[in-house]
Amino acid sequence: MLQLNAETVHSFRDTIKRLSDEDVSRCYQCGKCTAGCPVATDMDITPNQVMRLVQINGRDRVLSSSTIWLCLSCETCSTRCPEDIDIAKVMDTLRKISVAEGFASPQASITDFHRLFLASVEKYGRLNELEFSIRHNLAMKRPTKDIGLAVTMFQKGKISPFGGKVKDRDGIKKIFAESKRFVR
Amino acid sequence: MVESSKDKNITIHTYSEVEQVKGYVGNFDVRIRKKARSVDMSKCTGCGACSEACPHVVPSEWDLGLGTRKAIYTPFPQAVPNVPVIDRDTCRIFTKSKEKCGAACVRACVAKAVNHKQEDEIINEKFGAIVVATGYSLIPWEKHYGEYGGGRYKDVITALHFERMLQASGPTGGHVIRPSDGKEPKNVVFIQCVGSRDESKGVPYCSGICCMYTAKQAILLKEHCHDAQAYVFYIDLRATKKNYEQFVLRAQRDYGVIYTRGRVSRIYEKGGKLVVKGADTLAGMPVEVEADLVVLATAVVAQPDAADVARMLSIPHDQFVLFTEAHPKLKPVESVTRGIFLAGACQSPMDIPESVAMGSAAAAKVCGILSHTELMLDPTIAEVNTDRCSGCLACTKVCPFEAITTVEIDGRTVSNVIASVCQGCGTCAATCPASAITLKGFTNEEIYSQIEAPFKKSEKKEVAVGAPA
Repeated sequence: MLQLNAETVHSFRDTIKRLSDEDVSRCYQCGKCTAGCPVATDMDITPNQVMRLVQINGRDRVLSSSTIWLCLSCETCSTRCPEDIDIAKVMDTLRKISVAEGFASPQASITDFHRLFLASVEKYGRLNELEFSIRHNLAMKRPTKDIGLAVTMFQKGKISPFGGKVKDRDGIKKIFAESKRFVR
Repeated sequence: MVESSKDKNITIHTYSEVEQVKGYVGNFDVRIRKKARSVDMSKCTGCGACSEACPHVVPSEWDLGLGTRKAIYTPFPQAVPNVPVIDRDTCRIFTKSKEKCGAACVRACVAKAVNHKQEDEIINEKFGAIVVATGYSLIPWEKHYGEYGGGRYKDVITALHFERMLQASGPTGGHVIRPSDGKEPKNVVFIQCVGSRDESKGVPYCSGICCMYTAKQAILLKEHCHDAQAYVFYIDLRATKKNYEQFVLRAQRDYGVIYTRGRVSRIYEKGGKLVVKGADTLAGMPVEVEADLVVLATAVVAQPDAADVARMLSIPHDQFVLFTEAHPKLKPVESVTRGIFLAGACQSPMDIPESVAMGSAAAAKVCGILSHTELMLDPTIAEVNTDRCSGCLACTKVCPFEAITTVEIDGRTVSNVIASVCQGCGTCAATCPASAITLKGFTNEEIYSQIEAPFKKSEKKEVAVGAPA
């Protein structure tokens, strides 16, 4: 049961608007986003339901949904939305809030992937594939996953134990600091 | 109204009822009962002293019980004519009440216009055409919607009550309040389709006006009470005419009205608030609102006496007692009976612009008839062979348009069809035991020869179309 309450309804809409610059109250529920979404069938709630839940402050439901994490950011929805809402951007904003507020993803591997990916980028300024793969495998408690593939990739120089680093690592740190401030 | 009352070509009969309509296009005999208002219209100056003097206060019908009136009253300040009427059901003199008023109205009236002995006046007049514009009524929702309180909760009102409250000259002086405690409401829930699109409790059709007036009322609520929040529960938003869609979007975007798609299942009272239990079918979740005031958009239905009016005028109506137009696309303002026209919601639920358009169209159609000395008719009408007619008059009983009268020919009474009234339905022709009535263009001979034609053996051998030669 969702309590419709004017203040919270408007405040959640406004938060999303402030963070993403997208006004979800424009959505009139035509369902075109869901119709075109390549992963909609695997989502627990559809993209148009996400938009609706943002409109009426269905906060917990939307922030704990698998939908925001299954979204591929392919932007088919954003391109086709008749109200010109950048739905993919709203999804991204919802992911940020979900992480910041500690909502567990229904599939931990997805959040772990995002977390480790960003940690690697924050550390080196680019992705260290080897370290990232090992960490992700450990996090998923399947340390030997794809190990055969690793040998081939190593031989072809696709992964290396000496992952490169970018020059301006302070700049990278600043970007990360900014983006964290943005969510709050 | 005021402008019409000043026009020399328009006579307004208020507080009057049409009791009988006879005759036909160009020649209607109408009996009007001008009810006794107990005030002499020629003497009354409309000063209102009588209403002020009257000590008997009753709930006002015009304000739907939100306000009061006296036993002698004008229903609203702009009423035309500005002459009060005595409600004989409540006036202490007529009800012989033990509480004496000493005919306060008579004593208050300087013009000596109040006359308790006035009687109903019968006016018989001839008219060329009739426009039926009897309007609509609203479904008595209390009977059908126990889940909304069935009228038990004072703060569950209809949109018409809300409309009265918005009126600056209305019972609350333009203030939106909760009828229960007179406080300004903060959360107001509007529920659409109460009785409309509901086959089990009300009518299956859409009332057509509620989406727009609900949006208007939600906007006006915000303008009247700045702290208030409007919630609207709807099934579909039907905003199909010019600028209507934009108007509803304005309510949502500029006035922050929260629209929720789904019917409300139940309303109950909890701690002085009304808990509205609904669903958001778009989010796929049940929702709940704690409301201070609930406004119902009740279904538009026919007037309770619409069937009697239809019978009196010999015009057909549908199963919802909405008057039927002659053709849904090509003759939308004509009734099947020639010379009788329809305007407004007595034909179908409709909003103001549509009613105005229909009224104007009906007026133009009437002008079309009245500007001619002769009328062009359809040729397929019934005809009586007076030699064969035995005068049993079975035809007069079955004619749905009362188009058959009688004439004396050589001392015999025979049927006679009024050409301008007959619609050529053929019922009389089928009924006549002596086959004395025929439909022009559809005589027995003509019909039989049509039937026989396909079975006649042709002298020439014809080649079937499409077959190889």
